Amino acid sequence: MSMVEEPLYPIAVLIDELKNDDIQLRLNSIRRLSTIARALGEERTRKELIPFLSENNDDDDEVLLAMAEELGVFIPYVGGVEHARVLLPPLETLCTVEETCVRDKAVNSLCKIGSQMRENDLVDWFVPLVKRLASGEWFTTRVSACGLFHIAYPSASEMLKTELRSIYGQLCQDDMPMVRRSAASNLGKFAATVEYAHLKSEIMQIFDNLTHDDQDTVRLLAVEGCAALGKLLEPQDCIAHILPVIVSFSQDKSWRVRYMVANQLYELCEAVGPEPTRTDLVPAYVRLLRDNEAEVRIAAAGKVTKFSQILSPELVTQHILPSVKELSSDSSQHVRSALASVIMGMAPVLGKDATIEQLLPIFLSLLKDEFPDVRLNIISKLDQVNQVIGIDLLSQSLLPAIVELAEDRHWRVRLAIIEYIPLLASQLGVGFFDDKLGALCMQWLQDKVYSIRDAAANNLKRLAEEFGRDWAMEHIIPQVLEMATTSHYLYRMTILRSISLLAPVMGSEITSTKLLPVVVNASKDRVANIKFNVAKVLQSFVPIVDKSVVEATIRPCLVELSEDPDVDVRYFATQGLQSINH
Amino acid sequence: MNNGGVDAAVAPVGGPQPLEWKFSQVFGERTAGEEIQEVDIISAIEFNRTGDHLATGDRGGRVVLFERTDTRDHVGHRRDLEKMDYPMNRHPVFRYKTEFQSHEPEFDYLKSLEIEEKINKIRWCQSANGALSLLSTNDKTIKFWKVQEKKVKKVCSMNVDSTKAMGNSPIVGSSMSTSSRQYIANGGCTSNDFSFPTGGFPSLHLPVVTSHETNLMARCRRIFGHAHDYHINSISNNSDGETFISADDLRINLWNLETNSQSFNIIDVKPANMEDLTEVITSAEFHPTHCNMLAYSSSKGLVRLIDMRQSALCDRHSKLFVEQEAPGSRSFFTDIIASISDIKFAKDGRHMLSRDYLTLKLWDMNMDSGPVKTFQVHEYLRPKLCDLYENDSIFDKFECCLSGDGLRVATGSYSNLFRVFGCSEGSKEATTLEASKTPMRRQSLTSSRPLRSLGSSLGVVRRVKGADTSAPDANGNTFDFATKLLHLAWHPTENSLACAASNSLYMYYA
Repeated sequence: MSMVEEPLYPIAVLIDELKNDDIQLRLNSIRRLSTIARALGEERTRKELIPFLSENNDDDDEVLLAMAEELGVFIPYVGGVEHARVLLPPLETLCTVEETCVRDKAVNSLCKIGSQMRENDLVDWFVPLVKRLASGEWFTTRVSACGLFHIAYPSASEMLKTELRSIYGQLCQDDMPMVRRSAASNLGKFAATVEYAHLKSEIMQIFDNLTHDDQDTVRLLAVEGCAALGKLLEPQDCIAHILPVIVSFSQDKSWRVRYMVANQLYELCEAVGPEPTRTDLVPAYVRLLRDNEAEVRIAAAGKVTKFSQILSPELVTQHILPSVKELSSDSSQHVRSALASVIMGMAPVLGKDATIEQLLPIFLSLLKDEFPDVRLNIISKLDQVNQVIGIDLLSQSLLPAIVELAEDRHWRVRLAIIEYIPLLASQLGVGFFDDKLGALCMQWLQDKVYSIRDAAANNLKRLAEEFGRDWAMEHIIPQVLEMATTSHYLYRMTILRSISLLAPVMGSEITSTKLLPVVVNASKDRVANIKFNVAKVLQSFVPIVDKSVVEATIRPCLVELSEDPDVDVRYFATQGLQSINH
Repeated sequence: MNNGGVDAAVAPVGGPQPLEWKFSQVFGERTAGEEIQEVDIISAIEFNRTGDHLATGDRGGRVVLFERTDTRDHVGHRRDLEKMDYPMNRHPVFRYKTEFQSHEPEFDYLKSLEIEEKINKIRWCQSANGALSLLSTNDKTIKFWKVQEKKVKKVCSMNVDSTKAMGNSPIVGSSMSTSSRQYIANGGCTSNDFSFPTGGFPSLHLPVVTSHETNLMARCRRIFGHAHDYHINSISNNSDGETFISADDLRINLWNLETNSQSFNIIDVKPANMEDLTEVITSAEFHPTHCNMLAYSSSKGLVRLIDMRQSALCDRHSKLFVEQEAPGSRSFFTDIIASISDIKFAKDGRHMLSRDYLTLKLWDMNMDSGPVKTFQVHEYLRPKLCDLYENDSIFDKFECCLSGDGLRVATGSYSNLFRVFGCSEGSKEATTLEASKTPMRRQSLTSSRPLRSLGSSLGVVRRVKGADTSAPDANGNTFDFATKLLHLAWHPTENSLACAASNSLYMYYA
């Protein structure tokens, strides 16, 4: 301790803990690496700290991950951009570790640093690093190399550029599928930096090889490249090079490749322009909508709106809608569910008449679907629905479906429906709401599942907010208060909860005249849980009602409860009394 | 498929000479009268892809690693180098490398089930960065292990308490952590309002780390659990280096090595009503090169080839390999002995080996009408099936393996015997060996007995005859059903076999 002056002690400890046996302390030190660097000064950070980190790199993955992240923003601490290159060696070793997330973070940090480095430093230090990694003995280094080319390439000389392109080509044919996958997924980024002439020749050749890879996982990533490359190429080149590939991918033997195509296809439409879209991509997409594999149809169905937005209404009506109709009665519930979650977005594309004529029947059939998720997905897009088809038609077809869902035997479905009720209420208006849904809202208060009862209580509060006090006085409060004496104590608790939620909405007058007497009555309950909840509710009433009511009714009741034999009741009653006194 | 690979290799050889097997090494040899500890019994063996490493798992949940010492990669030991001067000695030699506890016994409280720690299977993964990676599984949980050399570090020259730090690091370590905790709490504010001079504080310095030796460390990188309702019987890596499957009695799940939070159920043979259950999955393996193909065997004696490209749920097979049973030969045991206990793809990807209770069958992936070859492993047990049924031995799950060149196959039997068959065209090779230091001892005893592949109809005749003459066999060799050789593995590049005889690992070469 004699060696370090007192104010430096925390930093001294922080430095020592870089090598502590406890991983948590090491992590803590690494997270504060910038503090250590500032304490050491720029020069010693460069000459001591960074080499120290490079040497001590066989730590646990968590520590390495943190180190990789910290080094990415370390340029200011080593003396600015002109010294940025000293950060490369430690990150280079981090690029070789087995744990993917550490490597990814290291590559990320290298990219951050590289994008700030001076051009000649890039050529002198960064490019050699990329070349070293690309020819590394272990596949891990080669995987990392793929993510760095787009930083190294732009500043390289003509000769070096040629070399880098050919190295990238080799990585795309590496023995290890992991390397090819990395090369495939980074191809878009790299291609964006390559000159157009080379893009058209060399990069397209590389891309072509990847699309013929015998590993499905590589081809999958090549599909992702399609959209990225398509955006770089001029339309006629895109049509010549990318379009045939994507069309053949859409008929690939592997469902996973087709699945990727289904997800990406709409992005390509813009790149190729309207005419090829009509002649090639629309038929390809329609094929995917009718694919044998449900997973592919799910992906395709999920993109139906995005795809339709690109096309003209005629094309949609002519080609897409027939398939959508088929999908609405698909054998897989997940396909129908995916369709239900997006189908309403097609309405603005089609316009009102076509919507009512074409889309509405589909929509109604989905609403009657036997699978609750499908119905839920439709109901959750209710606001969009309402705008298109109007309230009368909606309530006619909707209400039976909702009633059915409200009594679904899966409590999560019931919960989902309850959460949509306030939205539904605002759409339907008071008139439609009263009869059927009102009864349902009360029914939920006595559900077997706590979450449902709790949600039901919340729902009442939101309804009261939506429709106002007068409506609530008529349609909610009497029914709720009626249930206050039900035989099951858990239901009585729910009622107390509802009352405490409704009180702030209903205001002082109603709370003290209607709600308070019921609560006070409940304080004589035989169940202790009810009694301490009464104490809590009374406490919540204190700020709502008049001071006089507090003194006249709430305080005596709490005093009585504070002498209860049950310890919890006494505790909450005392808390309540304290809140009155303050 | 990789056509011709095997044909080319097989054709010039014609009928190769039977191999002369010699004893190489034994690990964990039992001394006479020594009682075997249940936990020491080996339950899994696997060579890695290069054959430089061998892993065994045991019933005690341990994984033991061995490394090859006779190759040039492991230079440095003078004695090994000297050994290599003798050409006679050029066969794989292994030495104990390390071991670690992979699985511990557990208890599933929800199902009131004990989960044994026994290692059911080990599979090596792509090694990277000098670290070895492998998957090991017990009945329920798969673990992904990394075994790596770690430097043994000695930290000195600390900023704080540096006088004590010299040579007494453990004490410093503990005092450090107590003192540091106070400082972490208020360290946050210091860093903010502290003004750092541009040159830094010269009195601060970094700790000095010295390391003299390295130590092998096994670290569990990921645990893949909670995905199997039944007991896991196989795991298998995909050639894409990214995914693997795990199979239990009724389901096969697909995992990504990077993700342990989810797996995809790709095959489910569980019927809606468990009373309709007629078959269970016994083994599953990915094709060695085609990432989309996998095969699984069932208790009904069939192997299904699955193409994962066809659909997400692989309920339909693209090929079915099953041998039509000879008419009229059915008995009570027919279904039981047909159950396949293990399948293995040959390296060429075109052939596949399956083991049922009495035979080994070699299949050509292009021919699903029947096996290319059938080898009788211990046909003389056929008359004793009733006894074997009564003592449950009939349900023993023997593994099988192919040589790296695909010319031979091997599998285990009772009395610590194992058999090696030549499977190239015209080969008559059928060797019986004993897992002991004198493997060929049994050869002389059994060579007179014609056991080898006869047509199935002939086999029936033989069986009748064999029943008459079985008494001397039984007396002479008294087959010991307790000592069974279930697990064995063939070195991927050399003619070298590793066999597990209860707790001992025997290595042979030819």
